[in-house]
Amino acid sequence: MTESILEVTDLTLKFGGLTALDSVTFEIRKGEILGLIGPNGAGKTTCFNAITGVYPPTSGKILFQGQSLAGRKKFQITKLGIARTFQSIRLFKTMTALENVLVGTDAHAKSGLLNSLFRTPTQRHEETAAHERALELLRFMGLQRKANDLAGGLSYGDQRRLEIARAMATNPTLLCLDEPAAGFNPAEKKKLMELIRRVRDQGYTVLLIEHDMKLVMGVTDRIVVLEFGRKIAEGKPEEIRDNPAVIAAYLGVDEEDAS
Amino acid sequence: MDFQFLFDNFFALTITGLVLGSVYALIALGYTMVYGVLQLINFAHSEVFMYGSFAATFTIMALGGSSQTSTVGAILMLVLALGAAMLASGGVALLVERVAYRPLLKRNAPKLVALISAIGMSFVLAEAMGLRDKITRFFGLDDNFREYVTRARNNLLFPDVVRPVRLFEVGGYHVTSLDVIIFSTAVLMMVAVDQFIRRSRLGRGIRSVAQDPESAALMGVNSTRVVQVTFLIGGLMAGAAAFLFVMKYGVTRYDIGFLLGVKAFTAAVLGGIGNLRGALLGGLVLGVAENYGSALFGNEWKDVVAFTLLVLILLFRPTGLLGEALGKARA
Amino acid sequence: MSTMKLGKVSGVMRSFGDRVNGLSKTTKIIATVLIAFFFYILPLLEPPLISTPGSDFGAVMFTVATYALVALGLNIVVGYAGLLDLGYVGFYAVGAYTVGVLTTYHAHWPFLLVVPVAVVAAMISGVILGAPTLRVRGDYLAIVTLGFGEIVRLIANNTAWLGEAGGINQIGKPPNVEMFEVPHLNWDSGTPLLDLNDKTTVVQFGISDQIPYYWLALTIVIIVLFADRLIKDSRVGRAWEATREDEDAAELMGVPTFRYKLLAFAMGAFIGGLSGALYATKTSFINPESFVLILSILFVAAVVVGGQGNRWGVIVGAALVAYLPERFRGFEEWRILVFGVALMILATYRPEGLLPPRRTVRARQLEAEIDALEEGLDEGSPA
Repeated sequence: MTESILEVTDLTLKFGGLTALDSVTFEIRKGEILGLIGPNGAGKTTCFNAITGVYPPTSGKILFQGQSLAGRKKFQITKLGIARTFQSIRLFKTMTALENVLVGTDAHAKSGLLNSLFRTPTQRHEETAAHERALELLRFMGLQRKANDLAGGLSYGDQRRLEIARAMATNPTLLCLDEPAAGFNPAEKKKLMELIRRVRDQGYTVLLIEHDMKLVMGVTDRIVVLEFGRKIAEGKPEEIRDNPAVIAAYLGVDEEDAS
Repeated sequence: MDFQFLFDNFFALTITGLVLGSVYALIALGYTMVYGVLQLINFAHSEVFMYGSFAATFTIMALGGSSQTSTVGAILMLVLALGAAMLASGGVALLVERVAYRPLLKRNAPKLVALISAIGMSFVLAEAMGLRDKITRFFGLDDNFREYVTRARNNLLFPDVVRPVRLFEVGGYHVTSLDVIIFSTAVLMMVAVDQFIRRSRLGRGIRSVAQDPESAALMGVNSTRVVQVTFLIGGLMAGAAAFLFVMKYGVTRYDIGFLLGVKAFTAAVLGGIGNLRGALLGGLVLGVAENYGSALFGNEWKDVVAFTLLVLILLFRPTGLLGEALGKARA
Repeated sequence: MSTMKLGKVSGVMRSFGDRVNGLSKTTKIIATVLIAFFFYILPLLEPPLISTPGSDFGAVMFTVATYALVALGLNIVVGYAGLLDLGYVGFYAVGAYTVGVLTTYHAHWPFLLVVPVAVVAAMISGVILGAPTLRVRGDYLAIVTLGFGEIVRLIANNTAWLGEAGGINQIGKPPNVEMFEVPHLNWDSGTPLLDLNDKTTVVQFGISDQIPYYWLALTIVIIVLFADRLIKDSRVGRAWEATREDEDAAELMGVPTFRYKLLAFAMGAFIGGLSGALYATKTSFINPESFVLILSILFVAAVVVGGQGNRWGVIVGAALVAYLPERFRGFEEWRILVFGVALMILATYRPEGLLPPRRTVRARQLEAEIDALEEGLDEGSPA
């Protein structure tokens, strides 16, 4: 049985009178690609936000590699090994693609002000290593020729891929992707599926929010389904596809998404 | 800390504090409304106030008001002066909106740049008043307006037409008619503006732009008009404040706007910037706190009290005493 | 429209920048040294059009240099980290008063020993101010810093051991190292002649000749410029930029944003305090009136007008703000009015500043390209 790296237990998140997450429990196992799906408003991004420290849970536990994430700041959680992308792209638009990824590598940099000011060997070594890693990640995403272009000027697809590269640069154990295929055409989605598989093959564990069922079914190992903040199903893709509760939750959704 | 002084003069300090605070409150209204709608600190609002004070003073001077004027005549003159002050301040406010803000907002300039533009305009407005003697000389008009423009950098005294009547006594302090007029004017104007914002169409427009400018535009709200009205109301209130101020303190100057402006702005933040009632509450609290502070620590520490209060509120309750903004929930 | 013009101007400047970058390293070093040397001897040259008629040119150059220093410090806070500070004069005052208190008012330490203390004091005040306030939203930060600046001034005004309203005078000077004398140029006859009656001693920090103070300030500006470049071009600079762009996203990418904001504040305070220390020693006399709120506004104006985020831009802004009022002293009465008009015009027609940082230039070019594309589509080209 592969170890679980993330254990979410009875996670509840309330905003005033609104319950966004209601006693959600699931786990993510090392090396797997877990899909998190559900109709709009089900609480998927809220779940991401709870895991990455954006919202403190109202109650419940989140354990990452055995450590509780309660009360930790966002950057601390990132340093522990959880990275994410965003539903609406949040790149640093006036920085270049390379610089964006470098911010990711900086997450584990040890040099501070004094090291940088006096260009100590530690700092210079770190900078070189960071640049190498950043270029390597850009190459992995097919963006190496656009390294010095402003992130804001890249094409939509390139921006999505850059966001993933930036998240990967923080050297995470768990990579959370929030609708990475939004706005992609079928060919791009196919390429993204391969990319996600290759990311996993590199050793990352992936938590994936997606609306495109074909993509989810095709790339994930297991799926967790949320509706109105509650988990309504969990299992392998084949099990989920035929699950009546899941189908009911999705009634009324566009055909192309449910195909 | 001189607690004894504070206790002995408690009522005097409190009531004069409320009176001064009323003036702060009316000026604060302009800051808070512009901030609520544009998220901008209107640096030039202090000069809006200043021009109102000059308009009121000039009006009385032009009408020949003095300590010899009859009571009825004095009251008529004062009413006209109030009108002139509000008109002048309203006009300057609209000018500020048109010249300093609108071109920048149309270009989506960053807020810091709009701030710089407003600061520039504030300088221009204040200096124009301070240079009015030279400016009128340039147009050859200085003879006609001699008494209005000479010694432009000095204090301008308000003619002695105000005759406060002692009304009643509270704890050793004689409350005068002037005190009552100032306080009640402030409260009444606040209520009027509050009602306007809540009930009128333009008021709804203001609230919707404050909450969500894009949706408001999609719903057909003319944001330019809304912004203009916001500035205008703030200006009218500042004009009223200016009138009350010169009545009470009898003097004005080309650079009077600055310190009062900063204090009024402090009051707006104290009460909760963007919140109308907050402006009233903040103004009153500031006026009283300043007085208590000067009683406890000495007059020279008065301003420190004001700023320290500001800093403390922002640290422990950044949304101010009353919190909510003009449009509510600006997260 | 203006983005198009900006595109052309910055296109020209970019090619200039590219050509500069293309030069060999030796050429660049020699050119830099020559340019620096020129600035050192500038007040000695007393060039006719540039030098200030009514006031001592050396003193004006000193003011320009100290404002440039302030602008560099404020640029870190406002331009790099994106924090709006309207009370920068507070740090300036802390630096100046520390020098005043420790060199004459309560002790007689030598100036050079006091400077590090002054700078550390300013930094501490920066951290004290920043720690509670950097958690609040942008606009509130502006207001709080404004309050801080005023509180510092008012405390100085009301505290006996800070000299109260009377201030502190006879402030200590840096040590003299008198080596030789350099004559100024004199242009009265139309051509430059060496004026042997008008000489500056290298290096004597006296009362009448301000030029040595200018040299000291200029040296510090150059050092800070280098340091700025080194820090900006590292993970520190990247952290600031990311925080400014999108603080939440930055934190989620592992940037300890609060720490870096505090660092920016501390750096800004350091430089501000240093500038204040220089000011104190040069003028020999400080009082609370030297540190009014308007000065904070002027500093911010220098940064914004010059081009926030661009270290050269803010220096240009500082130079304008410090130099122009002195150059046009004849129009004494109208100075502030004209300054106000200048601010308004610059803010409206050049909001990104005179020398915007590359990122702004590129972002605007991008917008212009996108606009051009959209207009092309609108003009009926079949999709």
